[in-house]
Amino acid sequence: MKTIADRLIEDEGLRRGVGRLTPEKIQKVFKELVAGECGARMKTYMETCVRCGMCAKACHYYMSHKDPSYTPVAKVSQTMWRLFDADGKVDPEVIYQCAQVAYTECNLCRRCIHYCPLGIDTGYIISVVRRLCHKLGVTPQYIQDTAHSHSATMNQMWVKDDEWPDTLQWQEEEAREEFPGLRIPLDVEGADFMYSVIAPEPKFRTQLIYQAAAIFHAAGVSWTMPATPGWDNSNMAMFTGDSEIMARVERAHYEAAQRLRVKRIVMGECGHAFRAVYDVANRWLGWKWHPVPVVHSVEFFWELIQQGRIKLTHKFAEPVTIHDPCNVIRGRGLMEKLREVVHFLCDNVVEMTPNREHNYCCCAGGGVINCGPPFKNVRIVGNSIKAEQLKATGVHWCIAPCHNCHGGLDDIISKFDLNMHTKFLGDLIYELMEKPE
Amino acid sequence: MHALYDLAVGPLAWLAFAVFILGSIYRLMSMRALALKKDAAFVAYISWPHAIRSLIHWVTPFGALGWRENPGVTIVTFLFHICLFVVPLFLMGHIVLFDTFHGWSWPALPDGVADTLSIVVVLACAYFLWRRLSVPEVRFVTRSHDWLVLALVGATFLTGVLAYHRIGDNLFMTTLHVLCGEAMLVAIPFTRLSHMLFGFFSRGYIASEFGSVRFAKDW
Repeated sequence: MKTIADRLIEDEGLRRGVGRLTPEKIQKVFKELVAGECGARMKTYMETCVRCGMCAKACHYYMSHKDPSYTPVAKVSQTMWRLFDADGKVDPEVIYQCAQVAYTECNLCRRCIHYCPLGIDTGYIISVVRRLCHKLGVTPQYIQDTAHSHSATMNQMWVKDDEWPDTLQWQEEEAREEFPGLRIPLDVEGADFMYSVIAPEPKFRTQLIYQAAAIFHAAGVSWTMPATPGWDNSNMAMFTGDSEIMARVERAHYEAAQRLRVKRIVMGECGHAFRAVYDVANRWLGWKWHPVPVVHSVEFFWELIQQGRIKLTHKFAEPVTIHDPCNVIRGRGLMEKLREVVHFLCDNVVEMTPNREHNYCCCAGGGVINCGPPFKNVRIVGNSIKAEQLKATGVHWCIAPCHNCHGGLDDIISKFDLNMHTKFLGDLIYELMEKPE
Repeated sequence: MHALYDLAVGPLAWLAFAVFILGSIYRLMSMRALALKKDAAFVAYISWPHAIRSLIHWVTPFGALGWRENPGVTIVTFLFHICLFVVPLFLMGHIVLFDTFHGWSWPALPDGVADTLSIVVVLACAYFLWRRLSVPEVRFVTRSHDWLVLALVGATFLTGVLAYHRIGDNLFMTTLHVLCGEAMLVAIPFTRLSHMLFGFFSRGYIASEFGSVRFAKDW
């Protein structure tokens, strides 16, 4: 049977990384990692998995390829079991394979939790494989670049300190032609909420900042954005396994909100960023819950609609479908609020199947899309099941409140000629809302 | 052979039960200690109401997505596990042994029912064996350890059925059955069979994360 060894892809970062390793070095780091950071969860998962294979159907990679080496348990088998069996003393080439599996063939979407009777968290196991690879210096070049950017600039896209307020002021200026009274309030202490976005927004999706500002302006809410580092809520270091940088980034984010004395943080339509801020980094920093309450856009828009702060001129007439992003659905249970918002905006909603917590992954999240061009085809072909799921709806519009999902869905839509377009909730609200004079 | 039989139902039985019970307690307590020491940031989220809500779905046939999507495995798995517990506990032959040695007695299953349920276990083992050999995604992840635990369970029930039907030398078959059963008991705390001890906790933990942090169902 084929294994990961039969489909290795050359990556500069992985190749350079393993070039520096020896089996002894690997063993030393592996043992330190297991002794220092792993506990009862890893031990239980390693010991009790009965290898029933029920998780196979959970994974979009397996469902697309029907290749047994792509099942969740096979990914663990080719990485963590292998390492434990050899007590960490493996050939550097094995680490190359582990890294390719962990970074590019698992989106950490956790769909397999719904399949394993024992509740084994494959996403966690694969995260630990990534952590090991990070500690060994074996990370795909493209995603490592974003982690470097986080480290040097506290944002993912090498946006310089002056470029950030510049971009906001540019968007404010543009928006003021449409809404003369509109402001993008920078560093306003005591505002009701801090709005945070991922760094790709100021870098190449500035219209999303424009739209958000327009919606907040129309809704008449009190908001602000920080002028200092800490504005970016994305976190690729979480996905490379660099927990230290991950924690620095989130600390800066929480502290920006605390400095501004806002009541809460509202996060843009991104899934992984929400996972980092809501579920992961707080634990690493020692907070059981968040020092400042954290709300995802889906929930925030839902609130605005409930409060009657957004009024529509008309509803979106064409049929739409809803893609449930893992990090805000399985990660935060916003499936019903998402639907209420979509039904408020659209007349005709066609559900894809399966949906809500059981939805198939976009195959871009978990840092997979960030591993860049070398692995692009694999993730697109590895999600033909999603293409079939989209196609079966027969609609031309897909709403997905997550950046990574947009990236992944756009790629499969174009590859499989699905004749579909993706939309953020913000896109639709901006398009349909009553705009103040 | 009589001496071996006496050894098997006497001292070895004591030993097997002691290793099983004390071993299980030790494994559970040491895992708990490890969790408190190393997984505190995760133990903190354990929520029993969410764990129980999820476990109710998972112990219901077809009550979870994984069960629904794997109907064959689900039917066999439920039958297998139910029979695996019911037969040894309520088999007349076993109760007679406890009655003879300790004077403990409780209601037994009719022999015919117990026999059928035992055959169900053997057939379930045959199904699992077939899956390990022929279903690619199962074969890919099967290791020698998996064969061993399947063989332990399968052999225990197969020898039991053969002994009941007096196929082969009865004393030999019965002795082999007792020894296999004892080996299985001893193996529970220290092999993959420990999912019997830890499975409810690992499911309960992830159910707590899903229920109390992520507000999503995990079934």
